[in-house]
Parts: sequence; C-alpha cells; structure tokens
Amino acid sequence: MPDRPGEPGGRVRVTSPLTSAAAPHGRRSARQEIDEETGVGDVYVRSLVSTQLRSALAVVAALALGLGSLPLVFALVPDVADARLGPVPLPWLLLGFVVYPTLLALGWVYVRRSERAEADFTDLVDPRSVEDVPR
Amino acid sequence: MSTTHAAVAVALVSLATLGIGAFGLRVSRTTSDFYVASRSVSPSLNSSAIGGEYLSAASFLGVAGLVLTSGPDVLWYPIGWTAGYLLLLVLVAAPLRRSGAYTIPDFAQVRLQSVAVRRAATLLVVGVGWLYLMPQFQGAGLTLRTVSGSPGWVGMVLVAGIVVVNVVAGGMRSITFVQAFQYWLKLTALLVPAVFLLRAWALDGAPSPVAPDAWFAPWSTNDAQGLYTTYSVLVATFLGTMGLPHVVVRFYTNPDGHAARRTTLIVLALIGGFYLLPTVYGVLGRVYASDLVAAGRADTVVLELPARVLGGGLGDVLSALVTAGAFAAFLSTSSGLTMAIAGVVGQSLASGPLAGRLSPISSLRLAAAGCVLVPLGLALAAEPIPVATSVTFAFALAASTFCPLLVLGIWWRGLTAPGALAGMAGGGLAALLATVLALSDRPGGWTGTLVGQPALWTVPLGFGLMVGVSLLTRSRVPTTVARTMVRLHTPERVDVQR
Repeated sequence: MPDRPGEPGGRVRVTSPLTSAAAPHGRRSARQEIDEETGVGDVYVRSLVSTQLRSALAVVAALALGLGSLPLVFALVPDVADARLGPVPLPWLLLGFVVYPTLLALGWVYVRRSERAEADFTDLVDPRSVEDVPR
Repeated sequence: MSTTHAAVAVALVSLATLGIGAFGLRVSRTTSDFYVASRSVSPSLNSSAIGGEYLSAASFLGVAGLVLTSGPDVLWYPIGWTAGYLLLLVLVAAPLRRSGAYTIPDFAQVRLQSVAVRRAATLLVVGVGWLYLMPQFQGAGLTLRTVSGSPGWVGMVLVAGIVVVNVVAGGMRSITFVQAFQYWLKLTALLVPAVFLLRAWALDGAPSPVAPDAWFAPWSTNDAQGLYTTYSVLVATFLGTMGLPHVVVRFYTNPDGHAARRTTLIVLALIGGFYLLPTVYGVLGRVYASDLVAAGRADTVVLELPARVLGGGLGDVLSALVTAGAFAAFLSTSSGLTMAIAGVVGQSLASGPLAGRLSPISSLRLAAAGCVLVPLGLALAAEPIPVATSVTFAFALAASTFCPLLVLGIWWRGLTAPGALAGMAGGGLAALLATVLALSDRPGGWTGTLVGQPALWTVPLGFGLMVGVSLLTRSRVPTTVARTMVRLHTPERVDVQR
C-alpha cells in the first residue's frame, strides 16, 4: 500500500468535505443488513433460500417424473414391461441397476449447484471470507 | 451348514463390536463425545458409519427374500431407501446440521420456540425407534435359529445386550467407529459370497430362474390396489428416511453444513453399491432355493445359498461370513437406533425429572438400558412378521410426522407451533392406527391395502394439517423466524449472528 497518510514521502489522500458529509448515509455491508434484520438483509437471505429451494425442487421433480412414473409406465405400457436387453428383462435392469448411478448423479449435480449458490452468497455478503475457501 | 462355523462367526462379530466399542470408550470423555461425537466426524468415516447403521436386517436379509418371493416389484424398497437419502440431501442435510441442534426435538424447539412441540417430537422419536428396533431383534432371533438351531430368544437377547453395553460404555464416539467397521463387514459379507455364487452359477451353464411368469414381470398384481401399494411404498421410503431418528442424529456429528452434504453424497454411493447385491441373491435363490418360498422362510435365502450352491468347506466358510454380516446388520442398526432414542430420552431426563441428580452422561446410559427393554419385550411376545414389511410402518410413521416438520420448518417461514402439533398428531395417529389395525385385525380388500401401506394418505394428512393449522394461527409465527432462517441457510464461513 503506497499511500499511507502521514508517512514522509507517502502520498496523502485528499477528500472533499462533501464526500465525508455523505458517509453516514453511505453503503453498509450486507452482513450488517442481515445482522440488523433490515428489509435489505431480509432480501439477501430470502434470495439465498429461494435459490436453494429451487435446486432442491428441481431434484424432487426429476425424481417424481423419472422414477415416479415408472410404476405407471410398467402398468400401462406392457411393451416396456416385457422388453429385454439381451437376456435381461428391461424392468430388472432399470430397477436393479440403472436407478442407483442415476440417483448418485442427481445428488452430485445438486451438491455442485447448492455449493455454488452458497459461494455466490458469501461473495456478495462477506467477501473477506471467500479467499481462503477453494471453490 | 455347520453350527460351529456359525457360532464362531457370531462370536467374532460380537467380540469385534465390543472391542471397537471399548476403543471408543478410551477416547470418549465429554458430554459432547457421548451425544454427538464432539461434532468432529469426517465425511469419509461418517458416511461409512451411516451406511453401516442404515443397512439393517431388512436390507441384508429382507430384500433378497422379497425378490425371491415376488420378483422385481419389491425392488422399489431398496430404491426408495436410497432415493430417501437423495431427498434428505436436497431438502434437509445442510440446514439441519446448521440448526446446531442435537436431535429432532431440539430442532423443533429451536425453530418453533415451543416446549409442547419438543415433547411431542420426543414421544415420536421413541415411537418410530421402537417400531424399527422390534424387527431388528426378531431378525436376530431368526438368523441365529436358522444357522445354529438355538431358540429365537437367544439372538434377540444377545443383540440387545451388546447394543446396550456399547451405548452405555462409549456413546456416539464408540458407536461411530463400530458402525463404520460394520458397513465394510456387511459389504464384504455379501460381495465375496456373491462372486463365488455367480462363478458357480456360470460353471453350471447359467441356468435361468424357474418361476411362474408373474414373477418375472414388474407388475404381478396389475390392478389399482397393486399400483396404490407401490406408490405408497415410494412415498413412505422417499420421505420417511429423513425422519428416522438414527439417520437424523448422525447429521449433527458433521463438523458443518458443507461436510453434511459431502457425507450424504458418499452415503448415496455406499448404499447404492450395496443394493446391487441383494437382487443377485434373490434371483439365484429362484434357481437354487425356490423351495424356501413355499416353506415361508424366504428371509433366510441369503444365509442358505452358499451352503446349497457351493457346499463343502468353501460353503461353510462363506455361510459363516454371511452370518457374520447379518449379525453385524442387526447390531449396527440397533446400536444406531438405541443411541438415537437414548440421546433424546437422556436429554429430557437430564433437564427434567432428574435434573441435578444425574449427569447428562449417566442419564444417557440409564435411557439406553431402559429404551431397549420395551422393543425387546415386543419382539419376544409378537408373531414374527417379514422384516421388510415391518420396517415400512416405521418409515410411514416418520414420513407422516417428522418429514413435514423438517421440510416445512426449514423452507417455510409460516410454520407455527400449533400447526406442527396438529400435523404430527394427525399424521402420527393415522399412521399408528393403520399399523395397529394391519398387524392385529389384518383386514382384506381395499381396507387391508390402505392400512397395510398407509403412507400415501397419512403423509398428505400430516402435511395438510401442518400447513392448514399454521395458516389459521398466523399470529403464532415465532418472532425469531428471520434469525432462525439466517442460521439454517447461511454458510458457516459467513460471519453473521446466528
């Protein structure tokens, strides 16, 4: 930092009185807004919660539509229930094997999304704390 | 199979469990060690412990038995138990850890500022825990009888005794090590024999399973009742997992919310990998042991296959290995449940009637011993029911009560204490009533289906009551809700007041 005021040879910051007069009404940190439960702080928290809720509901919807529709499909479309992949009937393959890696993949995508949302929130609200955290 | 091998296997597992528990005792000192392992369990150790505790008798023996009996329809059980973890991950894992509470009743109190809700949640933890413990004890009795011919009560009392000793001795710290060990034991005990069985089956010319056509199809009961049952199982298992006391309590042992998510993701991999195996046993059972279905002993197919297919010394050794795994399954799930119930009850004792007279650690120990006696008595007295069926009632009860409490408590600011009470009471009573009816009266037709798999109507009832009554009592929304939301959802590294 080259401009330390008061040091010999260093630069001195000169500010206009207008700016210093405006300071008390100036920007406060988002952290303060949250701690003081102001309207602005509330907006920050609500937007984080709703981002996270959207990620969660996306997984719930994928689960309900993907996995949840299978029993109906098996019941209503006998062709699917009777289909075979080589010697293995398709339903056995889907229910006994394919489901598990799919669930894991869904979980992995969710964790990435929600961790990113939290990193963005941290960036916004408390930038000092971000540096030491790998993203 | 030889009785000696089985006895040696059970003895070894019991000794290893007690030994690891004793190791935990040496490092367990503080109250926090006993209740939440000082919240310092790393994701890799914690996820093994969760896997160890979650894969119960129903997973180790029950799923293979059900596949042997009914074909692919029942694969929905292990799928639901795994998908339940995915929903736990996305809906509650990190916020629950961040709530900073020890147990579900703690969470309820933090969120709703109500002692009444806390008491109701405590009662429910005990109820769900007992419903889940009883079949574990019964399964232990069945296993020991199958492999050694001992009377059923021997296995039950043995498991109950070891569990109490471990919880009493070292609390959560001990239990964490024990359960992590037991996950890998269970995986090995199912994986190694499966490899040998598949090789023998391939050398045998890979014969197809012999079964009626309906067994192969995913829709053996192609009607509205069958469809209702499947969807009800899905709802119970998807939403019930997050409300099981022994599952939830483990999340408080994570260091922070970030670790809670990572732990859950590893758990998904661990249990998903495990669930590939029971299907193999069920299908091979149709090839080599389909007489077990008629004999009503389908639950024992995992234990019987190695001796039947391989025979000789190899068959004996592998049988002993599977027996060891099965026994580990009873021990680890029962330990986790007992720990969870004892944690909740011990806390109430220490702050309530015994305040000042007993330390928190002593009351945890007292609660553990007391809480095992009731389900042990029930297990000894009741008729044996298939393990996978009976745990479904515990899932349905948890899904109708704790699932709405956690999901609404975490995501909806409008939840009130009267709403939570109404939902837990309504959903809980409906699920309990259905369980009692299904086990005692065993009605037929649609009534039987509705009470046999109640989740599809009791879960919406629980959610509906909780939301409806909360909306009617809007003035009772806790004033602390904004602060609580900050605490539940902001990452720990953001320096805000919580």
